Amino acid sequence: MTTETGNVDGMVALLRANTETLIERWVSLISVPLRGRLSEAELARECRELFAALVAAVETGSRNTQESAFTDVRALLEDLSRSRARLGFTPSETAVGVFALRQALFELASGDDDASRLREVMGFSLLLDSLGLWTFESYAKAREEVISEQAEQLLELTTPVVRLWDGVLAVPLVGTLDSERTQVVMEKLLEALVETGAEQAIVDITGVLAVDTQVAQHLLKTVMAARLMGAECTISGIRPQIAQTIVQLGIEFGDITTKATLADALLHAMRRSGVDVVRKRVTRTN
Amino acid sequence: MDRVPILKIGDVLLVSIQLDLQDQTVLALQEDLAEQITRTGAHGVIIDISAVEIVDSFIGRMFATIASMSRLFDADTVVVGMRPAVAITLVELGLTLGNVRTALDLEKGLSILRRSAADRLLSEEIEDSDDGTVRTES
Repeated sequence: MTTETGNVDGMVALLRANTETLIERWVSLISVPLRGRLSEAELARECRELFAALVAAVETGSRNTQESAFTDVRALLEDLSRSRARLGFTPSETAVGVFALRQALFELASGDDDASRLREVMGFSLLLDSLGLWTFESYAKAREEVISEQAEQLLELTTPVVRLWDGVLAVPLVGTLDSERTQVVMEKLLEALVETGAEQAIVDITGVLAVDTQVAQHLLKTVMAARLMGAECTISGIRPQIAQTIVQLGIEFGDITTKATLADALLHAMRRSGVDVVRKRVTRTN
Repeated sequence: MDRVPILKIGDVLLVSIQLDLQDQTVLALQEDLAEQITRTGAHGVIIDISAVEIVDSFIGRMFATIASMSRLFDADTVVVGMRPAVAITLVELGLTLGNVRTALDLEKGLSILRRSAADRLLSEEIEDSDDGTVRTES
C-alpha cells in the first residue's frame, strides 16, 4: 500500500493537470451501470468532491488509506456508500464509483510511454483498491443497520397493547413467539398497566402458531410480573394443537386463568372489574 | 443509618420507601413496623415502592416477611406501585410473592384494604349470629 514518496509530486501533477478529463470520464463510466437512477450533475458533484479530497490526501505524501490524511476521503466514501445502500443500489454499483476512477486513469496513462509514470499510476491504483474495499465495508455496514432497524420496527409493530374496556388491556400476539419478542411484550404490557392504571390484562395467543417450553415460561413470567404489580392477567385463544403441546410438554399453568377465546377472556375481565353484561330483552309491539 | 418513615392513616400504616434500600434499613423497617402494628392496632399495611428502582432477592423476601409478620397481628399487607422493571426482576429471581397482595397504586391498595376490612366485619357478624345467616341492612 505504500510506495516511495518520490512519486508523489508526479502523481499529484498528473491528477491536477487532467482534473477535468478524468472527472468527465469517471462520471460517464459510473453513470452507465446506474442507468440514470442518479443524475449526471449529481454524480459529477460527488466525483468532484471526492476527487478534490483524494488529491489533497495524495498531496500529503501518504499512501496508506488508514492514515489521518485520508480521513476526509473515508468520510466522503462512507456517506456515499451509506446513501447508495439506503437507495437500494447493489454492492457493485456502489463500488464502481471508486473503481471507475482507476479505469479513467489507466485510459489516460495508456497513451503515455513513460515507465515511471506507469509505475506511479500502478501505485495509485493500489490505493484506489483499498478505498474500494472501504466502500464495500461501509456499504455492508449501512445495510446491516437498515436490517436491524427494520427488525426493531417489526418488533414494535407486531406487539400493540390495546384497550378493550375501561381498565382492561389486551395484547393480541400474532406470528412466532421467541424469547426476545415475549420480553418486549412483557415490558410493553407492564408499562401500559402503569400508564393506564388498568387492573385486568389479557394476552391473546390466537395468532401464535407454536408454543414451546421457553415461550410458555415467558408467558407465565409475564402473568406473574403483572400480578406482582397488582393486575390480573388472563391468557386466551390457545389453539387445540397448542393445548395438546402444552399438556404433552407438561407445562403447568397453575392458578393462571386461561380462556378459550378473547371474548370469554374479556367477559371474565369485565366481571372481575365489576362490570356485568346483560342482554337487552327485545319486546316487539306489532 | 436512614430509617423508613411509617405513617398512620386511620387503621392503615403507610410505608413509603423513597430511598435506596440497604439490608440494614430493611431489617430496621421490619422491626419498626412490627412495633407500630402492635402499638396502633392497625389492620392494614401498605408498602409503597413506586420510587424503588432496584431490588435484590433480600428486598424481595422483605415483602413476604412483612406480609407473614403482619398476618400474625391480623393485618393485611398490600405492596403498591411496583415498577415494571422491578416486577420483571422479581419474577426472574423466582420470587412470585404468592401470599402478598399487590395493587397498581396507593388508591387501589387502600380500596383493597377497605374491602378486606368490610369482609372481616362480615365474617365476624357470621360468627356472631347463632344460625349462621348474614344480617343485611338494605
